[in-house]
Amino acid sequence: MMKTKWIWVLALLAITMMTWRAPAQSAGAGPAAMSVAPSAAAVNTGDNAWVLISSALVMLMTIPGLAFFYGGLVRRKNVLSILMQCFMLMCLISLQWILFGYSLSFGPDLHGWIGSLHWAGLQHVSFDTPHWDPVTASSYAGTIPHQTFMIFQMMFAVITPGLILGAFAERMKFSAFCVFSLLWATVVYDPVCHWVWGKGGFLGKLGALDFAGGTVVHINAGIAALVAALVLGPRLGYPQRMSPPHNLPFAVLGAALLWFGWFGFNAGSALSASGLATSAFVVTHTAAAAAGLTWAVMDWLFNKRPTLLGVISGAVGGLVAITPAAGFVNVLGAIGIGLGAGILPWIFVSLVKPKLGYDDALDAFGVHGVGGTWGAIATGLWATKAVNPAGADGLFYGNPTQLLIQLKAVGVTLVYALVVSFVLLKLVDLVLGLRAEPQAEKIGLDLTDHRETGYTMLD
Amino acid sequence: MKYIVAIIQPDRLEEVMQRLEEKEIHLVTVTTVMGRGRQKGIAEVYRSHKEAGTLLKKIKLEIAVNDDFVQPTLAAIIEGGRTGQVGDGKIFVLNLDECIRIRTGETGGPAIG
Repeated sequence: MMKTKWIWVLALLAITMMTWRAPAQSAGAGPAAMSVAPSAAAVNTGDNAWVLISSALVMLMTIPGLAFFYGGLVRRKNVLSILMQCFMLMCLISLQWILFGYSLSFGPDLHGWIGSLHWAGLQHVSFDTPHWDPVTASSYAGTIPHQTFMIFQMMFAVITPGLILGAFAERMKFSAFCVFSLLWATVVYDPVCHWVWGKGGFLGKLGALDFAGGTVVHINAGIAALVAALVLGPRLGYPQRMSPPHNLPFAVLGAALLWFGWFGFNAGSALSASGLATSAFVVTHTAAAAAGLTWAVMDWLFNKRPTLLGVISGAVGGLVAITPAAGFVNVLGAIGIGLGAGILPWIFVSLVKPKLGYDDALDAFGVHGVGGTWGAIATGLWATKAVNPAGADGLFYGNPTQLLIQLKAVGVTLVYALVVSFVLLKLVDLVLGLRAEPQAEKIGLDLTDHRETGYTMLD
Repeated sequence: MKYIVAIIQPDRLEEVMQRLEEKEIHLVTVTTVMGRGRQKGIAEVYRSHKEAGTLLKKIKLEIAVNDDFVQPTLAAIIEGGRTGQVGDGKIFVLNLDECIRIRTGETGGPAIG
């Protein structure tokens, strides 16, 4: 038994050695052939510095931001399972992205639906010259190296399946989690990312506005979260016999890190150290503040007291909602979006979820699905070309068509994420089984899935 | 020998400890516990979900004493612990069969002191 395991390790090493040589062989066939492609001289050091830092900020959102936000909200016996899932996603999806995910998402377009595998293993993805698309004669980001754009986008690909895990927390088998996340990233995230942001993607061509990932990241993950909560079923004892969050200070720490990292997420999405980045930074902060305050007021009005969990949930909801709008709205719009993001997710989490009875454990759908959908629609309301001439005017600025386009993008993403997430979950359930054994769920996944515990009882 | 178990309010601990000290009772084991009496508890609310658990934080004192020290110990706990409000706690007095000092092997009364 031991020997077979070592044979597997050696086989893996051998495969790695072989693939190692592949990019080197084809390095000569790079984008150099294009006549108008930008050269290394086009790289703006300020832009490059900002987007690299933004990439690191978005990385921080998954670990430790999201990990501690979610980790603090579960019971003591499952804290490590959450941190482990977040950390493992960073490892797993980063490699997926390098090997083929980036190419599927942003690679040369195939009929508006998906990128080709031309950039697999980062072939033709330069680290010192910007990207150039000869078909549309344009670039994803003309002043930063192509690999800077790639690594920035990687962090988005990592956090998106991370958001989903809030829905099935405390009851999904780790093996099933790994397989599902990898499949979901490949079959749901990568195509939807291509539709909206990829050169030639059909939703982008339609004119749908999604500055930093309201549709691609939050609606996508939010819907998958709802489906996962329904397919897996509620946790044992839900809703009567559930313990409260085991460490609210962890959740606050995580939420604050998310807020901090979100400046990279949204202002970084300007892909330059420009005025647009400043505007995105300001409206992002404004919406988070407005939504955190609004949730506290909602709590005060309806539950007699403002809660800390409420303020941080509201702030995160506000950040989610401003994400698609960050590069298109002014501060007035940001306050409006923040208000909606404090009220709508509150209604879903407080009233709709208990009524319907599904166990979205950490409200991944309630906050990201609902907040994301609100944000995408609100972009169609408050967007103005005064902020971003490359964008569009929304309903409040005399262009009702934009609202329809936004709704269409939401609808398409919603249906696709819903159907494909459902199929993937059923598939993994069939092959591996999604749920931990009832006994394991009672003992806690830290011990049963990882043979570790977060807290010792004795020194 | 008696084994005295007292449940008191967390904010009365220092006062009780001081009174015990004054009466030369130095041996005490303290734990934080969750409990509920007639006072009931305060239900927590998370994202509008009201928790069923209604337990409050309490302090549990455990003191083993020789018979001469029973009354002073009870007096110290009552003096230090009483606020006059519901929830001040309770004292339980149990008979103690044996006590052994691990270091020396002494048993009974001398082992407690």
